[in-house]
Amino acid sequence: MKGFSNREILIWLSSLNIGNRNIRKVMEQFPQLIDFWELPANCIYNLNNISDEIKEKIIASKNESYINRLFDLISKHNIDVITVFDREYPESLHHIYDRPKVLYIKGRVLKEDYISLAVVGSRRATSYGKWATEKLVKELVDLGVTIVSGVALGIDSIAHRAALEGKGRTIGVLGNGLDIVYPKRNRDLYGEIASNGAIITEYFLGTPPLAHNFPQRNRIISGLSLGVLVIEAKERSGSLITAQHALEQGKEVFALPGNINSIYSRGTNALIKEGAKLVTDIDDIIEEIYELQKNKMEKKKKEIDCSGLSPLEMKVFQLIKEGPIHADSIAYSTGLDISTVYSILTILELKGMIKEMSGRTFTLL
Amino acid sequence: MYSIVNTCVLQGLNGHIIQVETDLSKGLPVFQIVGLPDASIKESKERVRTAIKNSGYIFPVSRITVNLVPAHLRKEGSQLDLAIAVGILQSMGEINDFDYKRTAFIGELSLDGRINPIEGALPMIISMREFNIKKCIVPFANRNEASIVEDIEIIPVKTLKETIDYLNGEKEILPHKSPNPLFSDNIDDFQIDFSDIKGQEGLKRAMEVAAAGGHNILMIGPPGAGKTMAARRLPTILPELSFEEAIEVTKIYSVAGLLQSNELIRQRPFRAPHHTASSTSLIGGGRIPKPGEVSLAHNGVLFLDEIPEFKRDVLEVLRQPMEDGIVTISRAHATLTYPAKFMLVASMNPCPCGYYGDPYHECTCSQSSIDKYLGKLSNPLLDRIDIHIEVLPVDYSELKEDKNLESSNEIRNRVNRARQIQLERYRYDKVYSNSQLSPRHIKKYCKLNKGAERIMQEAFKRYRFSARTYNKILKVGRTIADLDGKETIMEKHILEAVRYRSLDNKYWG
Repeated sequence: MKGFSNREILIWLSSLNIGNRNIRKVMEQFPQLIDFWELPANCIYNLNNISDEIKEKIIASKNESYINRLFDLISKHNIDVITVFDREYPESLHHIYDRPKVLYIKGRVLKEDYISLAVVGSRRATSYGKWATEKLVKELVDLGVTIVSGVALGIDSIAHRAALEGKGRTIGVLGNGLDIVYPKRNRDLYGEIASNGAIITEYFLGTPPLAHNFPQRNRIISGLSLGVLVIEAKERSGSLITAQHALEQGKEVFALPGNINSIYSRGTNALIKEGAKLVTDIDDIIEEIYELQKNKMEKKKKEIDCSGLSPLEMKVFQLIKEGPIHADSIAYSTGLDISTVYSILTILELKGMIKEMSGRTFTLL
Repeated sequence: MYSIVNTCVLQGLNGHIIQVETDLSKGLPVFQIVGLPDASIKESKERVRTAIKNSGYIFPVSRITVNLVPAHLRKEGSQLDLAIAVGILQSMGEINDFDYKRTAFIGELSLDGRINPIEGALPMIISMREFNIKKCIVPFANRNEASIVEDIEIIPVKTLKETIDYLNGEKEILPHKSPNPLFSDNIDDFQIDFSDIKGQEGLKRAMEVAAAGGHNILMIGPPGAGKTMAARRLPTILPELSFEEAIEVTKIYSVAGLLQSNELIRQRPFRAPHHTASSTSLIGGGRIPKPGEVSLAHNGVLFLDEIPEFKRDVLEVLRQPMEDGIVTISRAHATLTYPAKFMLVASMNPCPCGYYGDPYHECTCSQSSIDKYLGKLSNPLLDRIDIHIEVLPVDYSELKEDKNLESSNEIRNRVNRARQIQLERYRYDKVYSNSQLSPRHIKKYCKLNKGAERIMQEAFKRYRFSARTYNKILKVGRTIADLDGKETIMEKHILEAVRYRSLDNKYWG
């Protein structure tokens, strides 16, 4: 019988989907996993703390051809596997509770990705949440921060996209196997993230996006980051779980304040009440994270060039600068008729100074 | 004893002159009608027999043969009753000679000899004029509708007896003149007005542009944003109907039996079918096809509220009439063409529950149900809608504010001016408004000045328009320039037109 390494046996265990906790139990009893591999079936049955169902799963697949098939599958999908035994294992994850033993990666995690921030939020974003995510993420990316998020719909996708648009790096953490695209409409996003960062998961190929995987995934999101920024969350939201993990891991938690009427801001407002740092500006984030302060020193914020605007255009631009504003409101505030306002808005848009969000609301680019 | 009397039947909107030949001869008493009559005409035997008896005449005891010429044409409608009765009475010698070649009769008989109103009187009269009929005897209730047409004498009658007395010269009936067939100034008595809408400047402006160019418009927004309110007020700013257009509309309503006041229709029709409508009710149909909603909205507005709630196949049938301005319906018995040149006004929510993107309400839809909802509108249909506009609910503070709001009349005056310019410009092109311009027309009429040209190029690069979007913007720009009274499309017109461009890539991406 050919001898397998500890690493290979660990990957085998991870592929069984028996949960990180059970793997940990095995590793505690058998620091050398080779010993476990060589254990006869009846001894496995006598192990404590592990349910019979899982023992049967282990025994059923404990053979050489199964492992060989695993590695064939991995090489066929062209993905990287990093275990806790490897040097490449992200430093930041070593320190969290219940760290994932094996990571499956598409793309590349760089050393610089250590300076990172998790940006998470509701699957159903409001235009305010969308606007805030895009604004904050772009500014963060300009400072060289890697954006970590969960590749879900809503804020997650917006955060990834904004990071990519800002030519920054981004890491997506999945709650399923790498070969499964969930949600389906993010298929293109998968590829883009992988080529400008990495898609990471602790689940083996083929694992479906089961509901209980997602809270687990969140501990990796917060674990990889220096802090967690919650954009929008309802009262009971997965984003709050991420924030909870961050607290347990000793990371900073940031929250975007919202309208007290908006159900999508209940969770974030509650976080602020409980002591999360209120964010109105990326300086609020930089203040708390030492690593970012250094980056900021290196980059100077560039100012928007307002020369070449007519007085009316300037007037409209100033209004938009104060915050997202509806076209009708611009007409009211300036006293201009709507057709003139429309013309000016198109000019500003063509100059790349503003952009339209949903419902004819305009904001700075 | 033999007689000929003229009457008329309709095929779609076209009338055909029918000669009713009547012969009385000796033999067993029989009453026969030949010449492809349908059920309603076969039944007219009983009405004619009883009406003649009850009008004080003796129904002849002889062999009665009625032939409807031309015999190959299938005929339907109860308006033949009067002509048949007159034919029999003339064969009996009850009527003195009259100019039967230049006279026609339409009307349905009651058992007691009264003459009931009929459907489609106006299109019949219009066709009869073309066939050189000079005098027409019509039911009293149809007199106003019938007298819209000039140079044909309209004699309104109430009973069969009255008709005979008139023909014999025993009673004088003056030709009816319509009280006022042309337009008077104060025809619009709307209970609603654009000044009722508080805020929503952008939506109102979009409506104005749509009305001025006859552009189809799609409004997207959560419930309570004022989409339906604005759409209901659209008729108050639509340009006036020209006389020709009014006749076209009245003809259709006459055929559909919807002409309630029996007068010329002077307002542009506004049809708002419910979303449970079938495709037949929309384009028209039946064994002998009747006009559907698209034809009833001819020269007016077809408003589809909550458009994704309509069945998909129902929406797809709209494509052909939107393209051609006519709808052709084929049935076993007849193939008919009705005009259907309408302006489509559609409204929709961004998702099934309506609150997608609304910060104050929770959207309860799943992503797949949203996709499915938006997917109800096919791309070919979206392509035919020039103006897309997103609508958000108005702030409470704006609702309260007492601003000087523009009334429908003011807007309408601008719309009328813009439409006049268009009619003048396209008088040789068989085009009535900017929305109907073909790519060839666009090249000819949508001239940009240098600045506008440059903006168009920049916008083309920035927004990555499709060629179709490009044309739509030119058409809408043309309308905005017309509203401004400018012959060349200038920078500001294009800049505004860009704002109404389609939301295809946002919602349907």
